[in-house]
Amino acid sequence: MSTIAASFSMLKNPAIIQYILKGVGFTLVIAVVAVAVGILLGSILAMVRNYCTSGRSRIFKWIASIYIEIFRNTPLLLWIFICLVFCPTPGFLDHKMFGLTTVEVKLLFKAATALVLFTSSVIAEIVRGGLNSVAHGQFEAGHSQGFNIVQIMVHIVLPQAYRNIIPTLLSQVITTIKDSSYLANVAVIELMARTRQLLSSAYAYNGTGQVNVSDVFVLFGVACVIYFVINFSLSCVVRSIQKRRAKQPVLVVKE
Amino acid sequence: MSGLLSADAWAKVWTYRSTFLLGLLNTVETALFALILAFALGILFGLMATCGSKILRGIARVYVELIQNTPLLLQLCFLYYALAFAGKSLGILVTGIIALGVYTGAYMSEVIRAGIQSIPKGQFEAAHSQGFHYGGMMYHIILPQSIKIILPPMVNQVVNLIKNTSCLYIVGGADLISLTYSFVTGANTGGAYAPAYLVSGLLFFIICFPLSNLASKWENSLKMREKERAVAAAAAAEG
Repeated sequence: MSTIAASFSMLKNPAIIQYILKGVGFTLVIAVVAVAVGILLGSILAMVRNYCTSGRSRIFKWIASIYIEIFRNTPLLLWIFICLVFCPTPGFLDHKMFGLTTVEVKLLFKAATALVLFTSSVIAEIVRGGLNSVAHGQFEAGHSQGFNIVQIMVHIVLPQAYRNIIPTLLSQVITTIKDSSYLANVAVIELMARTRQLLSSAYAYNGTGQVNVSDVFVLFGVACVIYFVINFSLSCVVRSIQKRRAKQPVLVVKE
Repeated sequence: MSGLLSADAWAKVWTYRSTFLLGLLNTVETALFALILAFALGILFGLMATCGSKILRGIARVYVELIQNTPLLLQLCFLYYALAFAGKSLGILVTGIIALGVYTGAYMSEVIRAGIQSIPKGQFEAAHSQGFHYGGMMYHIILPQSIKIILPPMVNQVVNLIKNTSCLYIVGGADLISLTYSFVTGANTGGAYAPAYLVSGLLFFIICFPLSNLASKWENSLKMREKERAVAAAAAAEG
């Protein structure tokens, strides 16, 4: 009984709470940045894979396809390890930032790069699904109005495609938040890593001088609850969007 | 990147080829046992999520939401450390199989639930009216029809499962990624980064690419057939 109370007493320590919350912040920022850059890269990849089909431009289609398939069929952790060795870091990262040491800032940059590359391949396939859902008549209509292919993409096709894939993209945010925990393998920055770090030094905080099973339950329980609250609220948003769309009368286009 | 062309580095990888094969074997073994567990859990909770009892549906819902909304790595660490500090450690491999199986099982159960719910209600009523009991109805009427909807996403989950075996690294597992990493950082073997990562990535790709390719081809042909059927139905209605 006393060990359980001792474990919970750790949560009254403001330093520990702050440490955990900082991890939550990093997790969210990493995931949001990864998805944002992923949407940018993924949209380019998706358009190249979908529309560079004629003549010489076909080589770009092949490059995009190979990129997407390679990243989709290998584990994220492999890319994190690869980026740790091969990813160059720009010079301005050679400073202490966000309460991280110089080494940690570099690690964060490299691991986040891996996450971005990995996520962009997944998002590329999502965007491609969205692009395919736009009826072909839209292209012809755009052409007949004198739009060029870039204008058609930016003004006509992409807005419709994005609208169709908003729920899937939000689900991808959930996946990316979960995937960001893989960064715990290489650096102590985000929530998952900080929870592990806390567990290994719990003996210094819980007053019993050793790590007990109850510490595992309390610390990992807290992390579980945090992840769950964030992801579950996101998935509720996804579901409400899908429900609303299912109710809307579907515009049937006869081909 | 220069290591990619260094003969020395490649020779090192070739000398220690058994490390990579062992890693591959461990990864496949872990994935296989986890898959069996995931199937069992997926079928159980998928059926629970579509049955009449509110309590069973609730339990299935809680399982799926709890597992899908927390990271696999956290679940694995939770299980591993809880067992370790309680002095009842099951070993990394068994812990990994349980964690991966339970995680993938949640996704499998959603896939199966969606497959069963895609069958029109009339089929269930017709089966009941023919005197089928629950097991007979599911086995003879519902599952054969939903299997083609279930299979493509299920294959995708298998691909994810194989990639997810890399999570074992955090507790010191012996899967392909972990062994690759200890190979490139080892005292005697270290340094051959590019060839080692290439080999390990290639091994994953060789297993995963055919599977995910199969799944997407399958899915596309299903969609095409549905479209054709819808067009045919519309034409028939216009008559």
